Amino acid sequence: MSQEITSFLDSYRVIDLTDEKGHLCGKLLGDLGADVIKIEPPGGDPARSNGPFYHDIPDSEKSLYWFFANLNKRGITLDIECPDGMELFKRLAVTADFVIESFKPGYMDSLGLGYEELERIKPNIIMTSITPFGQTGPYAHYKTTDLVGISMGGMVHLYGEQDRPPNRISAPQFYFLGSIHGAIGSMMALYHREFSGEGQYVDVSCQQATVLTLMIAVEIWDIHKVNYRGMGPGMFWPRPTPPGPLFNRRIWPCKDGHVLAMVAGGAQAGMVKSTQALVAMANREGYALELEDFEWQKVDASTVPQAEVSNREQLIGEFIRTKTKAELFDEAIREGILLIPVTTVKDITESPQLAFRGYWENVEHPEVEDTITYPGWPVKWTEMPAYKPKRRAPLIGEHNWEVYGNELGLSPEQLALLKARRVI
Amino acid sequence: MAKQIFEGITVADFSWVGVGPQIARELAEHGATAIRIESHKRPDTLRTTFPFKDHTPGIDRSAFGTAYNTNKYGISLDLTKPKGQEVAKRLIKWADIMTDGFTPGTMEALGLDYEEARKIKPNIIYYSTCQMGQKGPLNKFGGYGQFGTAYGGYCHLLGWPDHDPLPLFNNYTDFIAPWYLLITTIGALLYRHKTGKGMYLDQSQIEAGISFLGPLLLDYFVNGSVACRMGNRDPYMAPHSIYPSLGVDRWVSITVTNEEEWQSLCCVMGYPSWTNDPKYSTLLSRRENEEKLDSLIGEWTKNYDPYQLMTMLQDAGVPCGVVQTAEDLFNDPQLKKRHHFRFLEHKVIGTHAYNAPAYRLSKTPNHIWKAAPCLGEDNEFVYREILGYSDDEIAEMLVEGVITTEADVPDVLRSS
Repeated sequence: MSQEITSFLDSYRVIDLTDEKGHLCGKLLGDLGADVIKIEPPGGDPARSNGPFYHDIPDSEKSLYWFFANLNKRGITLDIECPDGMELFKRLAVTADFVIESFKPGYMDSLGLGYEELERIKPNIIMTSITPFGQTGPYAHYKTTDLVGISMGGMVHLYGEQDRPPNRISAPQFYFLGSIHGAIGSMMALYHREFSGEGQYVDVSCQQATVLTLMIAVEIWDIHKVNYRGMGPGMFWPRPTPPGPLFNRRIWPCKDGHVLAMVAGGAQAGMVKSTQALVAMANREGYALELEDFEWQKVDASTVPQAEVSNREQLIGEFIRTKTKAELFDEAIREGILLIPVTTVKDITESPQLAFRGYWENVEHPEVEDTITYPGWPVKWTEMPAYKPKRRAPLIGEHNWEVYGNELGLSPEQLALLKARRVI
Repeated sequence: MAKQIFEGITVADFSWVGVGPQIARELAEHGATAIRIESHKRPDTLRTTFPFKDHTPGIDRSAFGTAYNTNKYGISLDLTKPKGQEVAKRLIKWADIMTDGFTPGTMEALGLDYEEARKIKPNIIYYSTCQMGQKGPLNKFGGYGQFGTAYGGYCHLLGWPDHDPLPLFNNYTDFIAPWYLLITTIGALLYRHKTGKGMYLDQSQIEAGISFLGPLLLDYFVNGSVACRMGNRDPYMAPHSIYPSLGVDRWVSITVTNEEEWQSLCCVMGYPSWTNDPKYSTLLSRRENEEKLDSLIGEWTKNYDPYQLMTMLQDAGVPCGVVQTAEDLFNDPQLKKRHHFRFLEHKVIGTHAYNAPAYRLSKTPNHIWKAAPCLGEDNEFVYREILGYSDDEIAEMLVEGVITTEADVPDVLRSS
């Protein structure tokens, strides 16, 4: 056996040309140990202007979005549109296992840097393109932002309240979704290459990645011809009329915030036990609920009248209002109640479970003389050392000398010339 | 057809509900041979959840139960019986990858945890996935993905700032978690290829979900800022919202990222006089007067069909998209061009749609050939051809209830 393997991808190199549409893909490959070289245009990637910012100082070296999405990458600058830039890019591509990009469809081809050309100079290269709608099709050139993308992917329609416009999650998701599928496609292509020796081209659609998150919204249309629509604090289940759709509350106000809980009966695994335990808790607290002896297992979701369900929800809701998140969750853990607090980002960071698993990772940021905490990798493995971030996100052109000088052998004079002419 | 990526890889899929089966499905759609192991005595929750064919419940009638199981063989097996565990061990011996999606401790109690599995198959890759991870003070919390969205911070970030937080219908973290686990599983396959060694993987679905809030988590750690829901606003764009259009409950998203796009939007709107008002002439003033700005834009959008708005604005270079319903997705020319929905004939449900992967591989495209199995559909093939049981042994296991049947379904789960 040759050298010991210390991470999944430690012998592979990624050349990362992406903008915010594909940043996370390279990050994920870097998390697993790949040497990811992020290429930015001279002056820096536009997403360095994405907030929030370190200490709220809007500065292209202080974007927390950038810190997160480019962790575990090295960074160089290069103008790939000019002849010197193309030449240097090709020299780098020859050293790479993956090239990932997220330009408009056809852009890389227009520069003579498309997959066919890259395959010619590096036959087993894997090239992954991440775009909002994929490389071809009537919307392939449409402009997106997070909101536009997840709207087109069907996610927004699932969220919201009746009589108001549907909602998005107040945190961008669209490009992260496309990027993680880009990482899957890249890993699959790599596995294929290990056995066949051949590389290939991976074409990712963020819209399709979004459709994959819709759970059964697509199936509800397919089977029942009903469009699911966000309807406030609960879920509705499509039933033919009569009895018509059934609405079940999921978000419950409590003494110090909100909890999410399923209160129902019927056939679902654990559901009856959970609901009985919640009613028992209410009774112990002096809430003589008329539900004490209710036979939850007899509730048939396909026929139960809405009024009955609403009445039971009202009774339980009154009890939940009297308790704190912590009181309710403690009982939920003890008794197997399907109930959990609605948390903020602050609450998440205080979770004893995440602390126990060592989820949080500290990363040194010597440029601001600080240590910053990052989310870790959500899967633990045996056999190799645990996940550990190996470097913070790069500063603009931070590794120019390391890559162009040490690796490609350019002289300081040559680099100065390229810098003066804004090639790097 | 070209050789599929995972041809020759075998997967014993003991997992259930939303997350675990999706990884095995992606592998099976790229050539792996996967067997889904289930029991009639305690059917997968998804089999007993909407939407049912003809609105009639039944363990083989839900399109939720089929969604994550294309290309898999399906068998029925009672793992609580000693002989069922023996069958499971034969499956482990056969498998390269074994999956577990139960509450922590369940597989151990059945004698089917990683330590036992590796005794039978030393180089097995074994993944466990659950809400909280295998160990820790909350490890036994057995909720669905919706609980992950609440505990992972998403509900708090969804809805209107002056209203209660909202639930995420789609159990969103259930559709982040599988991808991290799949990437890691392929990593484990590569590792095994290079070293000959297997591996155990332990996923926390909540951790996976949380990671997609990365920038906001850093904002809290660094700045102490606690992000809150903002309706459809964005701190860095204006206008940025969802606007009414013609039709019942029809909406479009319009976002403007720079001055050029703002000018293009004004041009498409026909330069209504209010666009000359200093209240809307700069980014800072638009942001300050966003509520009024949104209502003025909405006055214009409400007169147009949503797709007409999208076409007009996209042609002018403004990011705009229809808030598409599930029905719209089936008619979406882009998704059609990508062959996103694939239709297969399921034995009970009939022909229905399955999602394609979001990535397309140029030389080894995915291939689906088998609708999700009915419970136990492939018993004969798997028990006889793959596991090598004789007809007599199979008959005996049926009599003993080791191989479960329709008769084992609890009464409460039977269709009325």
